[in-house]
Amino acid sequence: MLDKVLIANRGEIALRILRACKELGIKTVAVHSKADRELMHVRLADEAVCIGPASSAQSYLNIPALISAAEVTDSSAIHPGYGFLSENANFAEQVERSGFTFVGPRAETIRLMGDKVSAIHAMKAAGVPTVPGSDGPLPEDDAEIRRIAGRIGYPVIIKAAAGGGGRGMRVVRNDDEVAKAASITRSEAAAAFGDGTVYMEKFLENPRHVEIQVLADGQGNAVHLYDRDCSLQRRHQKVLEEAPAPHIDPEARAKVLKSCTDACIEINYRGAGTFEFLYENGEFFFIEMNTRVQVEHPVTEMVTGVDIVKEQLRIACGQPLAIRQEDVELRGHAFECRINAEDARTFMPSPGKINLYHPPGGLGVRMDSHIYTGYSVPPHYDSLIGKLITWGADREIALVRMRNALDELLVEGIKTNTDLHKDLVRDSAFQRGGVNIHYLEKKLGLC
Amino acid sequence: MDIRKVKKLIELLEESNISEIEIQEGEESVRISRHPNGFGAMQQPMMMPQTMAPAAPSAPGTPAADMGDVAPSQPAGHAVTSPMVGTFYRSPAPGSKAFVEVGQSVKKGDTVCIVEAMKMMNQIEADKDGVIEAILVEDGEPVEFDQPMIIIN
Repeated sequence: MLDKVLIANRGEIALRILRACKELGIKTVAVHSKADRELMHVRLADEAVCIGPASSAQSYLNIPALISAAEVTDSSAIHPGYGFLSENANFAEQVERSGFTFVGPRAETIRLMGDKVSAIHAMKAAGVPTVPGSDGPLPEDDAEIRRIAGRIGYPVIIKAAAGGGGRGMRVVRNDDEVAKAASITRSEAAAAFGDGTVYMEKFLENPRHVEIQVLADGQGNAVHLYDRDCSLQRRHQKVLEEAPAPHIDPEARAKVLKSCTDACIEINYRGAGTFEFLYENGEFFFIEMNTRVQVEHPVTEMVTGVDIVKEQLRIACGQPLAIRQEDVELRGHAFECRINAEDARTFMPSPGKINLYHPPGGLGVRMDSHIYTGYSVPPHYDSLIGKLITWGADREIALVRMRNALDELLVEGIKTNTDLHKDLVRDSAFQRGGVNIHYLEKKLGLC
Repeated sequence: MDIRKVKKLIELLEESNISEIEIQEGEESVRISRHPNGFGAMQQPMMMPQTMAPAAPSAPGTPAADMGDVAPSQPAGHAVTSPMVGTFYRSPAPGSKAFVEVGQSVKKGDTVCIVEAMKMMNQIEADKDGVIEAILVEDGEPVEFDQPMIIIN
């Protein structure tokens, strides 16, 4: 097993990684910015190293500082968490070249999936269903662009190849706008991601976001841990997730699950990963793959009993997957509410000191959070301060548990989106299950 | 066990008329005693969790001995802090003369030490004129971002 892991992240996921390390007897190094000295995992870690000022660019995104910290602490591996450098192929490469283990896939896999055009190409070759599209980068020629759009059929969406996660996208509904839209999206992409390559896909009007969790050991073994529904989103940010996805065509599900594990073997995937799909009219369409652990991984852990972060660490130290597909059983249903330090109606961020924090408890209630009474939420980073997860023997019980747990949750001193979640878990369409990715914004009156 | 910390304990013992000192940190401890027949002052220390500079104790609420308490508190004056994570060196090369000593006068811009990170030696300059008051880090010890290394008065 790995001797010492440097946790290259902050907040709740850093605490999550620390817990997994402790269970496996791995020593922990918490790197942190000046603003993050009081983070819970920093106080619990075996060693702590301040790597830079508050700004992410100079701390959590500072590759030389992270590698230097690994050197001076004599760490064996670096776990990147999610966000920050977790899907940065250069970072993965530099970590490995410097003699440390990167807890994640190989750099070339990250690169392959980071470029959305090459990812789609690889998935098609592996038999994963994809959205009808340009099958490659969009050419510069206006007439060509119109021809491709005509073949796909309007409405279409133009996406940045180096984008992802909802960034760098534009919907087009007719021939008049398409050439101009492509051009604008191109310049935006070049400015935001340093790469102006764009591609085109059919725009699905009312899809659901259904994703599939996989684990692969890079030694020829891969399993899926079933699916999650993350359709409740605001501005492409997930708000409330559940596992498994309700009301899915069983045949389509079985097919897509198998195609994902087949794809893992095909591309020799190593680590935890998630295949993201749009699901509409009983069909799955691949949009992108996330080559890291995700925020919402706990709902999958609750319904399968698999500790995904511990599996990441086992895979990273070269152990073959001990889990076989037939061992993975779906039990019950789980929800996760992302608790953010923001105003529940205006979504304005609300950093500041938490005077009183009281998490809910009881059977089937899990609170993954780094906050504590007296902790000050800094303004420099994202607003996620905790994840409230509930499990129940069926979807109804899990949802009732979430309602009760939200009522018990106390975070005083700052604003949180708890009231929004209380509203969502009582929403009748959500209770029925299967709402699409536009539902939340429509409900909030944002479109 | 960090040999530097044991050294500090021995110094403490020698400077005082304490005959024995024992420090406990979490589950590990070290005891150093002065033997009347002049035997080695140091017993075999147990491995202690190594903490860097002003890091918090290993668990909230654990009354662990913070090794930072044993070291002298930071003297007054202007601190030259480390701009990065790395290893602190007092001289340009192993075995060569240190850049500065306590009591030495320095001008703004004089190199006072090196912080090495990823095999690159970064010369750290005095950002003020003055006299070296104290050197807080030992040669070859790791430093973190913003850690005070040298005090100039």
